[in-house]
Amino acid sequence: MSGTVTAPARRVAPIGEALLALLGIAAVILAAWAVPWLKFILTVALAKGIAVLGILLLLRAGQVSFGHSMFLAIGAYTVAFLAPALPEALLLLPLGAAIAGLFGLVIGLFVVRYRDIFFGMLNLALSMVLYSLLEKLYSLTKGTDGIRVSGLRFAGITPDLATQEWVMFGLALGLAILFGLLVRAYLGSPMGRALAGIKTRETRLEFMGVSARRVLLAAYVLSAVMGGVAGTLVAMTSRHVTPQLAYWTSSGELVFIAVLGGAGSALGPFLGAAAFELVRVYAAAAVADAWQMILGAVLLLVILFAPGGLWGMLAGRLGRRP
Amino acid sequence: MSGPLLSARGLRLAFGGVKAADGIDLDVMPGEFLAIIGPNGAGKTTFINMTTGYLKPQGGSIAYDGEPILGLAPRAIVRRGIGRSFQLPQLFAEHTVLENAALAIAARSGLWSPLTPLLRPAWRAEAMAVLERFGLAPLAEARADALNEGARKLADIAMAVALQPRLILMDEPTSGVAAAEKMSVVETLVRVLREAKVTAVFVEHDMEVVERFADRVAVWNQGRIAALGPPQQVLNDPAVLRDVIGIEPAHHA
Ligand SMILES: Nc1ncnc2c1ncn2[C@@H]1O[C@H](COP(=O)(O)OP(=O)(O)O)[C@@H](O)[C@H]1O
Ligand SMILES: [Mg+2]
Repeated sequence: MSGTVTAPARRVAPIGEALLALLGIAAVILAAWAVPWLKFILTVALAKGIAVLGILLLLRAGQVSFGHSMFLAIGAYTVAFLAPALPEALLLLPLGAAIAGLFGLVIGLFVVRYRDIFFGMLNLALSMVLYSLLEKLYSLTKGTDGIRVSGLRFAGITPDLATQEWVMFGLALGLAILFGLLVRAYLGSPMGRALAGIKTRETRLEFMGVSARRVLLAAYVLSAVMGGVAGTLVAMTSRHVTPQLAYWTSSGELVFIAVLGGAGSALGPFLGAAAFELVRVYAAAAVADAWQMILGAVLLLVILFAPGGLWGMLAGRLGRRP
Repeated sequence: MSGPLLSARGLRLAFGGVKAADGIDLDVMPGEFLAIIGPNGAGKTTFINMTTGYLKPQGGSIAYDGEPILGLAPRAIVRRGIGRSFQLPQLFAEHTVLENAALAIAARSGLWSPLTPLLRPAWRAEAMAVLERFGLAPLAEARADALNEGARKLADIAMAVALQPRLILMDEPTSGVAAAEKMSVVETLVRVLREAKVTAVFVEHDMEVVERFADRVAVWNQGRIAALGPPQQVLNDPAVLRDVIGIEPAHHA
């Protein structure tokens, strides 16, 4: 699948990309302000977009992780476990990211030895191990009931509910911008370009004196960190964590969003996440149980007619014609 | 100092019943250009693959600069200064030619910089300079998989050269290069390598190229070195001409 799905879209002038990003940021803030109940959905969408940035990195190497939401779950449960003793959100965030990154390093050392279907399935298998642990270790995790996240402080302040919603939205937006810029820089750097080289000529990397595994490992750890950040944001926003976060459908959702948004730009994951969450909300309201079918149809259309995803469609309009 | 840069002793490797290397002894002296000739299937590529760590011989030893390198991974061998180009070019297909060259330049310092662009001014300039020397500058912005075979071949060699090796092993560098351009391409290549004081081993089928540019020729046949010496001597050796299938007498214009 990687062949068509990850084909980079037509090159867009950086100025066009920046303008699009600014427009997107303005639109998201406006939407959150105008429709208060959208704030929660957009916060979650921004968080998922950060996780999907990690999927995008791996897609650039031609690899698809079907278990990536395990890092999201690790970030989320870090918040749930630690919040009673350490209610400071601004500490929990980096802690969740660091612990997810640590798991990413250990798991990564193992999975970067594999490629393609094996890489995808090993990630899936490991995420399912985590899922069962979260489900079975009831005394620790309260099983499928999950854990309620206790009250949080932000820089020592305990805001009222409405303010906290804005704070979470602002945090998610800020981190989305930060990681979007980070991934953008990474993809253009020697490490990012070598990552894309794994897809086409891995042996050449070795004959340039570079370990292809280490190139993939670096991206894997970064993607785990972003998964962890997304998890902490989701936990702090929804105030409730369950093993479902690590379930394979959650991982599938991240891959779905990556394909929907397109892998051609760091904006793709956010376009995809916003579209996904909005379609889910509106489709669920309109046709109740059929929304998965609608999402499935949307994905099929994207794969068939816009392999560059939503980003590819936009880039096609912005792109300089040769 | 004056010892061989590369020294292979008794290399053996068989694939099933096929002896791709059947006791290869070869010394490559610093600064020399050594051509390898011989029919298809003689084991020429296998020798390069063993020297660069891609294949492990079943017996024998290889020393580079006096130190054993057998058993090292390709990337460890590359870091010691042995570069190679490929019979079938190994380029990053989705990258531009410029990026391919720049990646090789970046690889010299390990490539571990995650935030500064690959095409930073210094590396872009150096990559362009490398491409210019190979006449590839007009193709710098083309995707590697859009090149014709000759250009792919050159880009492949340019990447190996950009790594600044002390010894380069080139597998049929001129195959796929259009006949009309061949001599000028080889001249360029030889000039670049001489300037950089690179020792070269190259597999070549064109006897005119061998005669003009090789200091010594090794004749490969069925996994063995059938003859070794200066081109005028080896290419006029009736035994070589008679026994080594697929080798035509050198022709003069
Ligand atoms: N990896 C391999 N597996 C099996 N057989 C191989 C392999 N590499 C080379 N051979 C065989 O070894 C012999 C020598 O091959 P090669 O070194 O490619 O010859 P040359 O480069 O001189 O044409 C051939 O018979 C070839 O089929
Ligand atoms: Mg060969």
